[in-house]
Amino acid sequence: MTRILKYVAIDILKNKVVIAYAVMLALFSWSAFSLEDNAAKGVLTVLNIILLTVPLMSVLFATIYVYNSNEFIELLVSHPVKRSKIWKALFTGLALSMVAAYIVGAGIPLLIFADWDVALIMIAAGSLLSVIFVAVAFLSSIITRDKAKGIGISIMLWLYFALLFDGLVLFIFFQFSDYPVEKLVVMLSALSPVDLCRILILLRLDVSAMMGYTGAVFKNFFGTNTGLVLSFSLLLLWVLVPFYVSMRKFKKKDL
Amino acid sequence: MSIKLYYFIFILCISLAHTSYANVIYVGKGQRITTIKKALSVSYAGDTIIVKKGLYKEGNIIIDKAVCLLGEDRPVLDGELKYEVLSVKSDHVTISGFFIQNSGRGAMDDTGGIKVYDSRNVTIAGNELLNNYFGIYMQYTTHCIVKNNIIKASQKEENQSGNGIHCWKSDSLQIIGNKIEGHRDGIYFEFVTASVIWRNVAKYNLRYGLHFMFSHSNAYITNYFKSNGAGVAVMFTKKVVMMNNTFEENWGDAAYGVLFKELSDCYLSGNRFIRNTTGVFFDGSNRIIAERNLFQANGWGMRMQANCMDNTIRNNNFMGNTFDVATNGTLTLNHFSENFWDKYEGYDLNKDKIGDVPYHPLSLYAVIVEKNPPAMLLYRSFMIGLLDKSEKILPSLTPENFVDNKPRMGPYSL
Repeated sequence: MTRILKYVAIDILKNKVVIAYAVMLALFSWSAFSLEDNAAKGVLTVLNIILLTVPLMSVLFATIYVYNSNEFIELLVSHPVKRSKIWKALFTGLALSMVAAYIVGAGIPLLIFADWDVALIMIAAGSLLSVIFVAVAFLSSIITRDKAKGIGISIMLWLYFALLFDGLVLFIFFQFSDYPVEKLVVMLSALSPVDLCRILILLRLDVSAMMGYTGAVFKNFFGTNTGLVLSFSLLLLWVLVPFYVSMRKFKKKDL
Repeated sequence: MSIKLYYFIFILCISLAHTSYANVIYVGKGQRITTIKKALSVSYAGDTIIVKKGLYKEGNIIIDKAVCLLGEDRPVLDGELKYEVLSVKSDHVTISGFFIQNSGRGAMDDTGGIKVYDSRNVTIAGNELLNNYFGIYMQYTTHCIVKNNIIKASQKEENQSGNGIHCWKSDSLQIIGNKIEGHRDGIYFEFVTASVIWRNVAKYNLRYGLHFMFSHSNAYITNYFKSNGAGVAVMFTKKVVMMNNTFEENWGDAAYGVLFKELSDCYLSGNRFIRNTTGVFFDGSNRIIAERNLFQANGWGMRMQANCMDNTIRNNNFMGNTFDVATNGTLTLNHFSENFWDKYEGYDLNKDKIGDVPYHPLSLYAVIVEKNPPAMLLYRSFMIGLLDKSEKILPSLTPENFVDNKPRMGPYSL
């Protein structure tokens, strides 16, 4: 498995897109922190990058990469290697490179400019988001053999998590504004990894005081240490479930 | 010589004789008199009592003559957590230079470090008060001065703590240059009129830095309020002037830079509201003029409930607030003009420093959050950004007349 991982890693490095992605993230974050007059605003700008760019990049790059590696995978399958190992190695290689790019690009400026606890949670959240969306990409690329369709599904999923989901939450707020829906919505937002990450980070920032009752509910739920463990295990679930579904499909797939 | 002149000379002689008899009494170790109570009992109106350095545990000291009580090298008066330390029950008393600590606690009689009862022209200046229930308590007083005192307490719970400077049913007070920390309310005014609060610092108090109720025609100028539990509250009051105060870092669920409730005919100028959850909260407030204030880095710069009328908000700077303004209704009877909004994106063709496009300071998201507080959970979501942008271009949900027709292009130098 490590040898396959090595090949994948070298291939991704040769590809240079991930390097460009890291450089772009770095440019974004450094300029965000140096342009804004206070670090808190810079953090919010970087937060936007994390929530939009990181998932998009991860999901798109990973989907296309998996489709392009089709011949490589076929070649490997003809060797005495377990299919699950091939799939795991491919996933690990992609996830690691996305996380590395994120940490190099956005993590370093965060560690330099932001408070430590905010920086650490942002790095953790961004890394997890990268891995989650690589897993989502694996799922969507195994669902269909058609490349255009697969990429389409990936983009749809990204759109759903980054945009539509918040719209839905807002809709629920309005439809059920006469009922005490706070707790329900807190649960609901745990269903989207992007939202979960956003709120986890917001709770660490000053704005948490503005969230009023819902913020308090959320803080009681996710702000404590057990809540933190709970929310990170939820995020891990977002990695494991799509990936295992995709692996089961891959094992049975007629290549 | 007329009878009148004789009469005048007679009065003059008497008063001169009186002053020439005014004594200075020394109190302290090695002096003839060792307790303040003894000194008070042998003194006459107009005397000066100078208390030397030392620790005085004399229970409740009642000052019922017009004396000047001066501390030399900060003598310590200790209430042993049982007694009210100094009770002033005479006009024309001066208390200065003492270190007053550990007054009794009691919600029944509101014991204070220094409590002034029904008196005029009392001066309390340059004292330090530590760990008292109420610091300085003024009731039914007129023309009194509370100046340059340092007042500290370290209670954890609101109900175990009194106020730093508590003024009740008084008139023409001057509260100047005091530093108040860790009390329930820093400065408390109820039924106090025609008074001035000037150059005080109130920070880390448990509830309000300044708490104002039914106190008309007062001014507070150049005070500094920081990190108080709930900021500053001014309620049920008319004709208050607030100038050059700073309200800073009142973060919390129910914390406001300033809370205005049922306030009318007031004037705010040159105040700075920085890093508060809400800079100013207007509730049922009318005819207030706010000009040349700075609202910076607040959650809400200004929240104006729809039950406010005829307020004028002009020539202010709104910079770096999450929401510049918010309101809870569609009816707007207040006037915004010539403010600087850092979120303004208009242009100025004739270069008169006034933007050519009116500015709607109320963002859609602010309206949504006001109606639906849980929606704050979507803060910084990309979706919200999109909605806000489209609302700015085609306003549909935000009230049309909540508008600044003459937004400034650049900030005022305040």
